[in-house]
Formats: sequence, structure tokens, C-alpha cells
Amino acid sequence: MNRFDYIRPASLEEALAAGARPGAAYLAGGTNLLDLMKVGVAAPALLVDVTRLPGLDAIEETAEGDLRIGAMVRNSDIARAPEIKALFPMLAEALLSGASAQLRNAATAGGNVLQRPRAALLDGMRGDDRDLAVLGWTDACACVHPSDFAVALAALDARLEIAGAAGLRAVPLADFLSLPEGAAEAVPALAAGELLTAVVLPAAAARVAGHARYVKLRERTSFAFALVSVAAALEMEGGRIRSARLALGGVAHKPWRTPAAEAALAGAAPGPEVFARAAALALEGAAPSGDNAFKIELARRLVARALALAAAGTPARVPALPASPLDADHGAPAYV
Amino acid sequence: MSDAIPTPEHARFGSNSGEALSRRDGHDKVTGAATFAADNTPAGTLHAVYAAAGIARGRVLTLDVEAARAHPGVVEVMTPADPPKLAMDPENKFHGFAFRFDCLQNDRVRFAGQPIALVVGETLEAATEGARLLAPTYEAETPGMGFDAEAPYAPEAVGIGAAPAASKGDMEAGIAAAAQVIETRYETPAQYHNAMEPHAVVAQWDGDRVTLDMPNQAPVMSRPMYAAFLGIPPENILIRTPYLGGGFGSKAIVNGPQMLAVLAARKLGRPVKLVLKREQMFGPVGHRGATRQDLRLGLDAEGGLTALEHKALSVTSRFDEFIEPAANASLHLYPAPAISVSHQAVRNDVGTPAPMRAPGEAPGLTALECAIDEAAAAAGLDPLAFRLRNYAETHPMTGLPYSSKALRECLELGAERFGWAGRPMAPRTMRDAQGRLLGWGLGVAQFPATFFAAAARATLRADGTALVETSGVDMGQGAWTALAQIAADGLGLSIDRIEFRSGSSDLPDAGIAGGSGHTATAGSALHSAGVDAIARLAEIATEDPESPLFGAGNSGTVAKDGRIHRRDDDSRSESYADILARAGHATLVGEGSASRPASAGEQHAFFSHGAVFAETAVDPDLGQVRVTRMVGAFAAGRVINPKLVRSQLEGGMIWGVGFALHEEASHDPVTGRVRNGDLAGYHVPVHADIPELTVLTVDEVDPHVNLLGVKGVGELSITGAAAAVANAVAHATGVRPRRFPIRMETLIG
Repeated sequence: MNRFDYIRPASLEEALAAGARPGAAYLAGGTNLLDLMKVGVAAPALLVDVTRLPGLDAIEETAEGDLRIGAMVRNSDIARAPEIKALFPMLAEALLSGASAQLRNAATAGGNVLQRPRAALLDGMRGDDRDLAVLGWTDACACVHPSDFAVALAALDARLEIAGAAGLRAVPLADFLSLPEGAAEAVPALAAGELLTAVVLPAAAARVAGHARYVKLRERTSFAFALVSVAAALEMEGGRIRSARLALGGVAHKPWRTPAAEAALAGAAPGPEVFARAAALALEGAAPSGDNAFKIELARRLVARALALAAAGTPARVPALPASPLDADHGAPAYV
Repeated sequence: MSDAIPTPEHARFGSNSGEALSRRDGHDKVTGAATFAADNTPAGTLHAVYAAAGIARGRVLTLDVEAARAHPGVVEVMTPADPPKLAMDPENKFHGFAFRFDCLQNDRVRFAGQPIALVVGETLEAATEGARLLAPTYEAETPGMGFDAEAPYAPEAVGIGAAPAASKGDMEAGIAAAAQVIETRYETPAQYHNAMEPHAVVAQWDGDRVTLDMPNQAPVMSRPMYAAFLGIPPENILIRTPYLGGGFGSKAIVNGPQMLAVLAARKLGRPVKLVLKREQMFGPVGHRGATRQDLRLGLDAEGGLTALEHKALSVTSRFDEFIEPAANASLHLYPAPAISVSHQAVRNDVGTPAPMRAPGEAPGLTALECAIDEAAAAAGLDPLAFRLRNYAETHPMTGLPYSSKALRECLELGAERFGWAGRPMAPRTMRDAQGRLLGWGLGVAQFPATFFAAAARATLRADGTALVETSGVDMGQGAWTALAQIAADGLGLSIDRIEFRSGSSDLPDAGIAGGSGHTATAGSALHSAGVDAIARLAEIATEDPESPLFGAGNSGTVAKDGRIHRRDDDSRSESYADILARAGHATLVGEGSASRPASAGEQHAFFSHGAVFAETAVDPDLGQVRVTRMVGAFAAGRVINPKLVRSQLEGGMIWGVGFALHEEASHDPVTGRVRNGDLAGYHVPVHADIPELTVLTVDEVDPHVNLLGVKGVGELSITGAAAAVANAVAHATGVRPRRFPIRMETLIG
């Protein structure tokens, strides 16, 4: 890899100043950036180590009652945090279905959201068709966002707290990634030198805690990206769905929210027909980007399954095989 | 090094073979004390990193050598502009294991990942960045990729020198006589060995002598090959393989990257270390070529085979050949009046394939055992009943008896333990409590009981201990433990009384650690060396009037636990140490060798066998597969170490799961590069994929196979496991997977 400078600023102000320098990159867990540097895809002149900055390593309740996850909190610590397990269990399941234990111990909340698609490692090669998008893709980019965490966050209406020279600002996760014309991968809404400092979960999203699942398909049971994944969460009231939250992973350049499907679920009684209709709406506009039309049907079926599992209720603890439809105790296809 | 392994204390005496000893090197490996080849860093070591071609076919146009040289710490940049000199053309196929390799002799690119320049630096980081700064440009040609890249051709040989075709009987008559004919096709992908330890070398020259610390499955065989290319006598080369972190067939072959490092060390007069990066293991160091296999089976009205035809199309490289001998798997297992196997090959712009874990048998038996299941279904027979109905009592092609064959017992024992009885014939009929589709599948495992040639030396020492030496390699399979057990028995010593020295080319040749023949081959030589030493010792004693054994020449003697006893009077004995001391010998050397006489193959067929049973659960809507249990029963002659044998067989079954469900190299059709060339993308099973494995062994007493009655277990179980999983998936879903690995999209209908 290239020669680079390394600094570990003591304060956020110092970090932001350093991060604004030309060629600077923020270093957190390093599980993505260092890989990219080793193959020469990223070649920063300066690494600004933000892992020890004060105030970024805690999960805490905000004055408004929201839950703020500091950007430097490790993935494994988020998944184990009591408030996450109680209020946002879907996040724990999504996190524990991703990467490996060693990577989760190193990777941070901010780094997870900001990780680049695996396509970045392909050095211009097109990915295998089955790894490519079926929603929102362009001729220039059919790669998919690799994060499981971000899919669950998107479903929960998470906001990102971003620090810059002008202070803090908040961006909904759903608006954070965009795909400009001709871009080879999604671009995060960060100005030069800005630092993602926290992921904030609105208090209202905790209302789905009792009916929230993340389900992920892949051939290998662990340490594999999603072929297709679904975060499904229902706010139940008197046996009916009051509101629904649905996001898909592995199908687009960003976590894919599905407003039409969510609207169709609101007010309905849970059941296979309702879920099938929502699944069809969720995949509206989907088109194969190669020899991957099967992913559209697979995603439809997974949406229906995830909704059925969510309706059946969140398990008391994260399943032994997190997010697997084949987990013997918690994968029972309730409506199939 | 090998003799630095402390001998663990085993409080036991008598026979060593048959004991479930733990690995002698286990403690050092799990604590990190074991030093692998690349852990050696002689003073003054330089680090070499090669630049790898980013295209699969064409020429290198430019390399920014100036930029690389200007990088601080870069010592040397080697390119085809000044080709390193070799004493022999690397295109020369002078040896059965000689494969053409790329060593900067010209600017031609013939596969992605080929070395196109070597950068040597004071540090690994300097060399790595230097290699990146070369920023090559190319004149790229469209690579040929896939089975249909061009017209196939008929190879002259497959595997390592095997005949490309064989037949008996009249195929068309067999087909014509059939009540029904099954025609079926299976495809298997390119797979890469991916040993945990990457290929590496530390080369250290001293004048015209060189020491190579490198993982090598055949250090003695490799020595003359390196000698030929380096232009020095073989005895000037010392290859040391203290430990080897998995080879699977890829570490017995001279390759470009390792040779380049050796040449760089010679040029620079300093030790050079080169360790392949994980992504560099997808190209110049071999892989299993993809296969497309067409089978045709004729069945009579009772479900007996009237014909068995197996044709394989194997992918090889543009510039050399290793043809995966997949169709040959159909020669040895099922009797039919007409049998025909043949191979074709197609050239792709890929690195040359190489032997990889059961070359031929792994993809070939997977296809055959799936086709056999299709035939059983067509015949209306249970898969187990069909196999018993078509059981070969003698070798299907030659009619020779098997030296031993307890496959029937394996099938019966495995079936009983698995609970096979009551398996419904119809697919898609079993569900578990969660509604998942369940299926049960069976695959027969078979692998030749190979035997190479080996030599060994046993030296009795004055203190009553012994040094045993052979070049054999422990590549994680436990050879140093099993071979030491055999050696100890040959010497009549407890294993803690012997020092075992191995893994070096200056020791007697133990042959290749491969082909599942290492324990049998090297073990037989070690046994013979011990017997020779004891015979010499007994001769000294029985001719010495001072010895209590004097005059026992006629009745004979028995060696046990460090003493020689009269056969007719156990109370009269003398210790090895006492015999040596009185004779004034500091040491006494025994020599042993072993090989299989050519005539043996005219009398018997030599094979290990097994039966693997698998249960899979498949999500009915999503097609996701989970293997829920596996039982394997195997017969492989005498078991030297049950613990190691179980580990080997478990490992093979796990390879089978990976073959069935995970492993596949994905080539970019445009550049020809492997686009999942790392362990994040190239999937092998993780713990969560592996259910409880039950491994059973069936006793087999084989007086014919070799002196020890030992067959191999290294590659046996992979050959049945992948088909067992695929057949279970077909039984669960009613969908017959024809392409490996099995994917969800195949099963969701």
C-alpha cells in the first residue's frame, strides 16, 4: 500500500480540521478501508484515526427520548446492548447475521453504514449477476449495498448525525445514499471533512419491537453477504397492523424502503394474502440487471416470509442462526 | 524443525499402531510455536512481491519500472526486459509433475494472475507498494472462457498420465438391450485449493548451494526439478518443509512465483522471502478445472445396469494440460456388460489446473452417484437397494478381485446408523416440524489405495532410543504421528522412545504426500527400516556368547519394548542398549524401502470404499438448503490412528458439503479474472454449515494391499459426500440439481 501519514486527534474539532485536508480519510474499525488500501483501490495520504474521540463510543438516550448510537460503537457491542435488544431487536439480528465475529468486534456503527460495495474491490469488473441489483440500478451501477445493519436502520427511520465545520446536521438514512448519473456506486451525502458521528433511532420506531425480524438469504450460513435480505417490522394493535416498516437488502445500491407496500399493510389483518400483496408492491419496478431475474421472485417470497415471521412475534432472544429462515426454533414459516 | 518437536509423554507400552494418539505437533500448532516455512527470516532477508496480470490474454505493454525503483526500500525490479536466466526452458515437460510456469521470460500474458514482474524490497511494505506502482498497461485479447469457448479436443492423457478413454463390451448393444435408458448431465465449477498456508518460499543461497524453506508435498521429488531449472546438482539443494498448512495437491508442483523468488535471491546475493497473498492463490498455483459430464445408463427390467457410459469435458489452460479425469470414476464401481469412459478437453485462458483433493474422483463420483440415484428412481428401487443390486464383486473392467472391499458392510452399517430404512421413495414427501422439506441421500465413496515408492532409515542409539528418518510431510493430516506409530512398532519401541525426523529433502525419500498414499507408502518403508535395524541387532546378540540370546538364531527372536527376547523362552532377553554397548556400537542403522510390485496390479484391484448418508432440510419457498445430519461409514484397511482417521474422514465430508453447496470460482467473462478471488467471496463451509457428523469405520483385513494392510483416507470421503448432499436435496425437493454448487434459484422452481 502507499505511504501515508497517520494521526490520532484528541478532539472532534481537531479531527474535522484534519479530515478536511486533501487526501485525508477517517479510520475507524478499518475492516473496509484497510482492505481497499491493500489492493490499492483507496490510497489516502492521511489517515485520521477517530476511534478514540470522546463522545462517540456510547449508546445513550437523547433529550427527545431517541436512542443515539455513537459512530465508534463496535458492531458486536451494539448487538449486545440491553437497550438495543429491548427496543430494536431487529438491529441485533441484522448485525449478528453480518460478517464474522472477529469483524463485528472491530467494525463500528459508522463504518458499517459507510462501507463501500464489494464491487469496489472488483477493479472495474462487473460482479457476478446473482450479486447484482434488481431495483434502482443504472447502466453504470448495478452493485448492491453490502450492509445488513443499514437495511434494518432504514426500516427503523434512523437518522445519521453528521459533524462538519458548521456544526451538526442530521440526515435520514434513507436519503443518505444517492446514485448520480454515471456513478459506479452510491455516494454518501457527506461534504469533504464531514464526519459521521452517530446513528439515531427515533423513539417511535421502538413501537415495532415486538414484531420485527431481519431475514437474510445466502448459501453459506454465516460470513456471507445477502443474496436478498428483508427487514420487516409491524406495529400491531388489536390483532391488526397499525403500521408497517419494510426494507430490502442485496437488491439495490442502497437499503430499499417500500412505501407502497407499507401503506398496503397499514390497517390490514395479518395473513398470507395481505403479505403476498405487500410483497408484490415491494418489488414493483424491479427488473433484472443480468441473469438475475430469480432475485425478484426470491425477494417477493422473502418479503412475505419476513412479514409472516414478524407477525408471529420477535423471538425472546436473537436466534442461534441469526436472520436465517432455517433456524430450527425461530424460522418457522408461520403462514406457509 | 522437525526434530525440535518435544515428544509428548504417552504412558503406554506395547503396540503403538491402533492407538488414538493426539497429534505430536498439535500443541505447537495451536499455541503458535510451530514455525512454518515462511516464519523463517534469515538475517538480511529481502521481501519479494510480484505484480499479477490483470488480463487473461495478451501482452504487457508498459510497466513503470522507474516509479517502482524510486520507491524507498525497493531494491530490485525484475521484468521480462531482462529475463531471469534459467538452465532449462520452463515450457519443458520433462517430468510427470512438470507444469509450464511463468517466470518473466517474455511479455506474454496467458492467464489472469500470472506474474508479470517481481519487486524486491527491504520490507514487505516497500515491495508491495513497488509492485503496485508498476501500473501495467496491456494489449488485451478477448479471453476464451467456459465450456463453449472453442471446439473441444481429445487429450492424449488425463490426470497424471492416465489413459483418456477405456471401454469394455458393446455400448450400443448394452443400450439396445436396456428396458430404459437414463441420459443425464452434470456440471462442476472451477475450484481452488485455498490451503490456509499460502504458497511461500524463503530462498537462501550459499555459493552454488541453496536452501529453500517452502511448503512442499514432495521435497525429494522437487529437488531435481529445481536443480534442472537452476543448473546446479540436486544435492546442492536443500528443501525444508517443517510444517505444511494444507496442500491438497497444489504444493507438489514447481510454479512461477516460487521460482522467481529463488532466482531473485541468487541475483541479489541475499535471502529472499515470498509469500503469496490470498488473491494470488487464484491463478499460478493450480486449481480444479471445471467439468461438464454426460452419463448414459442402460437398465434392464430388474434394475440391473446393461450399460454405463461416462463422458467428461474438462477445462484446461491454453498452454498446458491437466485434464480432470472425472469420467474414470465410472471404471471401478458398478458392473455392467458395457462400460465406456472418455474425456475431452477445452482450452481456456486460465492458469493450468492441477491435482486437487481427489482429482477425477471428486467431480466424477459426484456425477456418477447422482446419475445412479436417477437410475434407481427410474427403476423404482430404493437408492441403497439399487446399489446392492449393482454391486461389483470383482473389478468391473478387469474382473480382478478387490484386495478387500467392505463396501456392502459400509452401506449396511451406515444405513442402520442413519435410519435409512423406511425412506419414502417419492421425493418431496417428508417435512419437519417447521414445514421444511426433508430429504435423505446416499453417495458411495471410492478411492484407489495408492502406493508410491519410499525409503526410510532407523538408527538405534546407545541409550536405547532410536532416530527414524524419512522425508515425509505432515500437511495437517497427522503424518508425523501416524508414521511415528508405525516406526515405533517396527522397532519394538514405545513411541516416546523414538525421535522422528522428517520434512526435509536430505532425508530418505518418503515419496509424495498425496494421493492418499503417504501413510501406506512411507509407513511401509519406516516399518521395514525398523525391522532391518532389529534384525541386525538380533544378529549381533545371537552370535555373541556373552548374550543371553546367544544361539537363538534357529528358534528366532522377538523385539518388544526395547528388548530382544528369545522366541522360545521369553524370560531370556537383553536390552537394545546392552547389546549395542557390548558390541561397541554407538549406533546401528537399519534401512528400509517400499514399493508395490508391478505384478500386484495383475492380481488385485486396490480401493478404499465408503458410504455417506446425508439429510438436508430445504425451505420450500426460498430454496435455502441446510445439511442437518451426515453419517459416513468407511472401509480403508487397517487403521493406524483412529483419531486421525476420523479427522481425515470428517474433513473430507466437509469438503463434500462445500463442493455441493458453496465452492465456485466466478470468472469475469470480459477480463478472465476470478472475481471472487478471496475468502470473503470464494466460499468454503463455516462451522454453522456443518451438522453433527458421524464417522464409522468398518474393519478390513487386507493382506494384499501392502505390508501394513493400510489404505488411504485423505481423499476418500469427499468422493461420496457431495453426491449424498445433492441426492438428499433432490429427494427433499423433487428438483434434481445438475450444476454445482447447488443454488437457491435452482430449487425455487
